[in-house]
Amino acid sequence: MKKSRIIAAVAGVAAISLSLAACSSGSNGSSTSGAKQTLTVEDYYTANPSMSGYNTIYKQCGTEIGAKVNTVHIAGASLISKVLQQASSKTLPDVLMLDNPDVQQIAATGALAPLKNFGVSAPSGDVPSVVKAGTYKGQLYGLAPVINSIALYYNVDMLKAAGVTPPKTWDELKAAAVKLTDSSKGVYGFAMSNINTYEGTWQFLPFFWTNGGNEKDISTAKAAQALQFDVDLQNDGSMSKSSVNWSQQDVNNQFVAGKAAMMINGPWQLPVLTTTKGLNFASVPIPVRTSSQKVVSPLGGETFNVPQTGDKTKMALSAKFVECLNKPATQLKIAKISGNVPADQASAATWVKTHPDVAAFVETVKTARARTAELGSKWPTAATAIYTAVQLALTGKATPTAALQQAQSQNK
Amino acid sequence: MTSVDAGLDQGTVQKTSTGRAPRRRTHAGRYLTRWLFVAPAIVFVLLFFGYPIVQNVVMSLQNYTTTTFYTGEAPWVGLQNYVNVFTNPIFSTTLLNTALFTIGSIVLQFGIGLALALFFKRHFPLSGFLRSLLLLPWLLPLIASAAVWKWILDQGSGALNQFLGIFGVQPVPWLVSPSLALVAVIGVNVWLGIPFNTTILYSGLQAVPEELYEAAALDGATGWKAFWHITWPSIRSVVSVVIVLGVVYTLKVVDIILGLTGGGPANSTQTLATWAYQNSFVQFLFGQGAAVSNVLIVISLVFAIVYLYMNRKGVDE
Repeated sequence: MKKSRIIAAVAGVAAISLSLAACSSGSNGSSTSGAKQTLTVEDYYTANPSMSGYNTIYKQCGTEIGAKVNTVHIAGASLISKVLQQASSKTLPDVLMLDNPDVQQIAATGALAPLKNFGVSAPSGDVPSVVKAGTYKGQLYGLAPVINSIALYYNVDMLKAAGVTPPKTWDELKAAAVKLTDSSKGVYGFAMSNINTYEGTWQFLPFFWTNGGNEKDISTAKAAQALQFDVDLQNDGSMSKSSVNWSQQDVNNQFVAGKAAMMINGPWQLPVLTTTKGLNFASVPIPVRTSSQKVVSPLGGETFNVPQTGDKTKMALSAKFVECLNKPATQLKIAKISGNVPADQASAATWVKTHPDVAAFVETVKTARARTAELGSKWPTAATAIYTAVQLALTGKATPTAALQQAQSQNK
Repeated sequence: MTSVDAGLDQGTVQKTSTGRAPRRRTHAGRYLTRWLFVAPAIVFVLLFFGYPIVQNVVMSLQNYTTTTFYTGEAPWVGLQNYVNVFTNPIFSTTLLNTALFTIGSIVLQFGIGLALALFFKRHFPLSGFLRSLLLLPWLLPLIASAAVWKWILDQGSGALNQFLGIFGVQPVPWLVSPSLALVAVIGVNVWLGIPFNTTILYSGLQAVPEELYEAAALDGATGWKAFWHITWPSIRSVVSVVIVLGVVYTLKVVDIILGLTGGGPANSTQTLATWAYQNSFVQFLFGQGAAVSNVLIVISLVFAIVYLYMNRKGVDE
């Protein structure tokens, strides 16, 4: 009785481990010859139209390099934790999409392969900051086919009614925002996201960087001047106090609802904005303090990378796939489905001719800066310090100078 | 405990049934059986409680970063993570916020829960239906409730401010003002905690024999007097369970705060739990995140010990 039970248990365990082995060989085992290879591509495009759009483009590139493509979409917020999990269990996908500020952090772990190993280099026409964002310790790890940044959207009808021209400097922006504010209707002249996440940091960066702020030491007079400007907009009543709790999506909702005459946002909002009936909008680069300054906005966009999976032939194929995605011709296709700007400057110039909506962004990305350009994998700490300072100042807990000092004490 | 008792029973049964079997073997067998019965519990506790806690303590003593996931290497840094956590000015803020959040939530949840439980003790038409409606906040996914509350509490277009506006109240910056955000978050947590308190206290009240009230009423003890001298002493053990569990549940709240304010504005709703999350999963400082969670575990443990002590006392009595 007892013996047979033990035998049964052993048999059971053996069966389980056998089936596990079968599983793992099924997903990892690569057929070295003959049949077409299957590449697993992991991205965070979980919503249409981008999801189906990217699927089509992956398929096209797959056909071009002679591989089948299997796509896995992971919700944006959990992509990095998923990648870390996969890194520790050695189950990384063949091609991995990463938001550009995360590339250096993941590259620092050693989970990504330098593209040079497979003879892939950045397209010569790409905006310089794209290459910087994908580079860690002098090696290129990722390439972004399309990029974006943020600009100032404005409601054309509201500006016309108030007799205001699109602002170019901070003073003009301040004055325009005051004029456009109508508190009786609950309309604010200006809206941006000052939330306590990296989104808030990203939205404040154009003011911070353009005025000479630096993420290594954020407690400088120039940074304080930029933060004071943000606070002034709120104190004038031109910007809602709720901006400390608004994501960029919330800001867009305010703009679409006619509750904000101007807003800071990116080109990924264009699909929604263009389909909103009765909304007449346009965009300009974000105003600068003095007209001699050149706007420095953060670079946005997702890069494609080749993780270290251990299978050399497959990795080489993945690199070819990344190369295909970054060809200027593919860049234009991706720009079409995502509303972003092609990373290649010549393609961007052709693109803007047929898409005047993105003119402000094409202009802005030329001088855009990668968030990780200076601090690399240490960027998250600086980003946290920056939004902390913005929140301290806007909630009135500290003056801009004191807020930046307090936040800098955590920026180590 | 029960498995040990069962093991003893089994042992005695075996002894009587085997009768004249050699003494030594019986003894060893009894010993083994006893452990076999305890084994599942021990394995479960070690696997699901022991291992994670030990791992968390180890992690808090290492420089555990994103790189560790790939290389498996986490350099030993001793108490450096704890030093970083304790010297961070946010630490005292989070500690205070955690205390205020927990005390505020528990006092209000318990007070309102008890009042409702007493109210539902008097049977009236539809009381059963209303009582089940009360469970609704408990049934909703937390993230969904947080999203709805965020909309209700919005300063400009939120339902609550629209309602208050009818009475001429100026829009209140619920989630935006650093002084009010914690109050708003406590409010939402109270709303969520009331069903738990009411349900447990209600069942406690059901167990109080009706005769006691009848006898007391004859002696002239009704209303408040009846409550203080009959109801309260009878449900005291239930009260201690509700409060201690409530404290432990409230200490670890993350989702509601993340959904409503994300710990902001300016860290005014940052608690130990959300800060641990922020450290580990936003800034990827897993070592520091683990250190913060260990502080939280120690605080929870204190309350758990209080609970065990009170329970033991209850059994002894």
